[in-house]
Amino acid sequence: MNDILEIADQNLESRLFIGTGKFPSKKIIKDVLEVSNASVVTVALRRVDQDSDDENILDYIPKDCLLMPNTSGARNAEEAVRIAHLAKASGCGNWIKIEVISDNKYLLPDNFETIKATEILSKEGFMVLPYMSPDLMAAKRLVDVGAKAVMPLGAPIGSNRGLKTKELVRIIVSEINVPVVVDAGIGSPAQAAECMELGCDAVLVNTAVAIAENPVSMARAFKLAVEAGRLAYLSGLGFSVSEASASSPLTGFLREEEK
Amino acid sequence: MSFFDIYKKYEDFDVQNFLNTVDPQTIQKALNASNVSAFQFLSLLSIKAEPLLEQMATRAHALTLQYFGKAIQLYTPMYVSNFCDNECIYCGFNRTNKIQRKKLSFDEVDAEVQFISKTGLKHVLLLTGGSRTYSPVNYVKECVKILQKYFSSVSLEIYALEVDEYKELIDAGVDGLTIYQEVYDKETYGQVHRSGPKADYLFRLDAPERALAVKMRTVNIGVLLGLSDWQREVFLLGLHAQYLQDKFFDSEISISLPRLRPAEGNFQPICIVTDKNVVQMILALRIFLPRLGITISTRESSEFRENVLPLGVTRMSAGSTTQVGGHTAIADENNKISQFEISDKRNVSEIIEFLHQKGYQPVLKDWMAI
Repeated sequence: MNDILEIADQNLESRLFIGTGKFPSKKIIKDVLEVSNASVVTVALRRVDQDSDDENILDYIPKDCLLMPNTSGARNAEEAVRIAHLAKASGCGNWIKIEVISDNKYLLPDNFETIKATEILSKEGFMVLPYMSPDLMAAKRLVDVGAKAVMPLGAPIGSNRGLKTKELVRIIVSEINVPVVVDAGIGSPAQAAECMELGCDAVLVNTAVAIAENPVSMARAFKLAVEAGRLAYLSGLGFSVSEASASSPLTGFLREEEK
Repeated sequence: MSFFDIYKKYEDFDVQNFLNTVDPQTIQKALNASNVSAFQFLSLLSIKAEPLLEQMATRAHALTLQYFGKAIQLYTPMYVSNFCDNECIYCGFNRTNKIQRKKLSFDEVDAEVQFISKTGLKHVLLLTGGSRTYSPVNYVKECVKILQKYFSSVSLEIYALEVDEYKELIDAGVDGLTIYQEVYDKETYGQVHRSGPKADYLFRLDAPERALAVKMRTVNIGVLLGLSDWQREVFLLGLHAQYLQDKFFDSEISISLPRLRPAEGNFQPICIVTDKNVVQMILALRIFLPRLGITISTRESSEFRENVLPLGVTRMSAGSTTQVGGHTAIADENNKISQFEISDKRNVSEIIEFLHQKGYQPVLKDWMAI
C-alpha cells in the first residue's frame, strides 16, 4: 500500500517521529532510530554540542531520518526565533519544531507565543511544525500563518498518560487541513495506535521509549503500533454502539404499513 | 511579597513535635499523593518515614525518570577570587582566617578557562569570595566575557546582588545563579554569619527573587547541612523552592544539599547529618516537587554519589576544585587554600565513564547563549 505522509517539501514513509531527550546514551538513540524506521527525529538545539568529537548527537542520526531541531528552552516567541536562527546557522536544515514553554511545572506550551514565532519563521522560509495545546482556533491561526503541520499534545510532556485530549484532537483532525501529529504524553504503543485510528497523521514519541527498560525493542513496538493504527484508520473502522439492537422500535410501524 | 512571609508563617511552628506525632498513615498517604501538601512533605522527613524509604525511593525514581529521564547534567566550579568581607564561621574563606588570598588576573582566568574547556564541559559555575572590593561586579562581568568564549552556559555563585546588577550580568551572558541561604533559621543565621554584608539575612533570602525578577534562567538554592535541625531546614528549603517555582514559572529552580566539609578554621558541624538523612531528604524533595532540579556536588564521596544517582539527582559537578585557579594550579603549590575539601576527586572523563556504566547519559551541554 502506498501511504505517504506529505509535510511541507517532504514525502515521509513512516508516521513515527522520535524525540531524543532522556535517553541513557546517544548510541541507544541511533539504534532506536534505525529499528523504528522513524522518518523524523527532533533534537533540542540547546543540547547539540558541535564542538564535541563523541558527544555530538547529530552524528548519531541516520542519513535517511529527517532532522527537526526544536526550540526547547524558549520562553517566548523572540527566544524561539533566535534558537531557530542558531539551528539554521549550525547546519540543521530548515525544519523547525516550535516549542515555547513558559510554565516549567506542567510544561504546557504557550499557544500565543507559538503563533507569533510560527508567523515570523514561516515568512523567513522555515518549515515550521508547532507544538501546541489542542485548541481549534489556535490551530487555525497556526495554519493561517504558515504552519506545515500542527502538533497538539495528548497529555503533558513525559506524563505517559495517553491521548487525554482526544475530543479536542478529534476536532482538530476534522477541521484542519494540514497534517496533525500528536506530540507528547503518548506512553504506550496502544495509545499511539489510538491516535492513528482517530485519523491523526503521525505520532511523536520520546519519554515512553527513552525510559523503557529496553528502548530499542520498545521503539519497534511503537513502529508496529503506529502502522497498525494507520492501517485500521484506512480500512474504515466500524463504529461502536453501547447496546445490541436488532429491531427498530421507533420505525417498526413502517413495515406494518408495507404488508 | 517575599519568601520571608512564608518563613514567618512557620517561624514558631514546632517541627519536631509534628515529626514525632505524625502517624504512619499520613506518611503513607503523602507517599502516594499526586499533589503533596507542605505538611505531607514534612511528614516524609520524619524519622517515622525511615521504614518507608524503599517505597519512597521507588516513587522518587519513577518521578525522576518521567521528568528528567536517564540524563545527568554536568558542570564544574571555577574559583577566581577568595578575598572575602564576611565572617562565616564554617567557611575557609572567612576574612579572619590567615590564608593566602588570591584573585586571578584576566590572563589567568583565560588560562584556567582554556584548561577546563579541554575536558569537554560546556557549563561552568563562576565563584568568588564575598568581597565587593576585590571582586566587584565589573570584574565578574569581565570574567563572564572570557568564560563565554569557551562555554555555552555560565552560572554565578557570588555575593548577593541588587536587581540591576543581576540584569547587567544576565545581559553580559550569565544564565544561572547559585545562591544558598546556608541556614534558614534566622537566629542561627545571625550566629554563624558574624559580620560582613552576608550577615544581612533578608538581603540574602530575597536574592533569588531579585535575579528571577529580571529573568535569570536557572536558580539553584540550598542549605548547608550541619548548621541547624536538618528536617526544619529542608522543609523550609522545599517551601522556598516551591514558592520560586510558582512565582517565576518560566525559570528552572534547583536545589543543593551540601553537607559541611572540613575547612580552614576547623569549624565543627553543630549537628550531624547521616547518609540516610540525605537520602531521605532527596526522596522527600523529589516526591514534593517532581520538576525540581537536584544537584549533588563533589562534597560527597564517589560511592555516595553513585548510590543516590537514581533517587532524584539531575545535576552533578565534575573535576572540581575549590581553589582559586585550582584547575591549572596557578595558586602557589605550598599555599593552596580551599574553601572546603572535596571528596569525589575523579576527573571529568572518569565521571563520564561512571555515568555511562550506570546507564546514564552525561549531558555536557544543555543550554547556549541565544
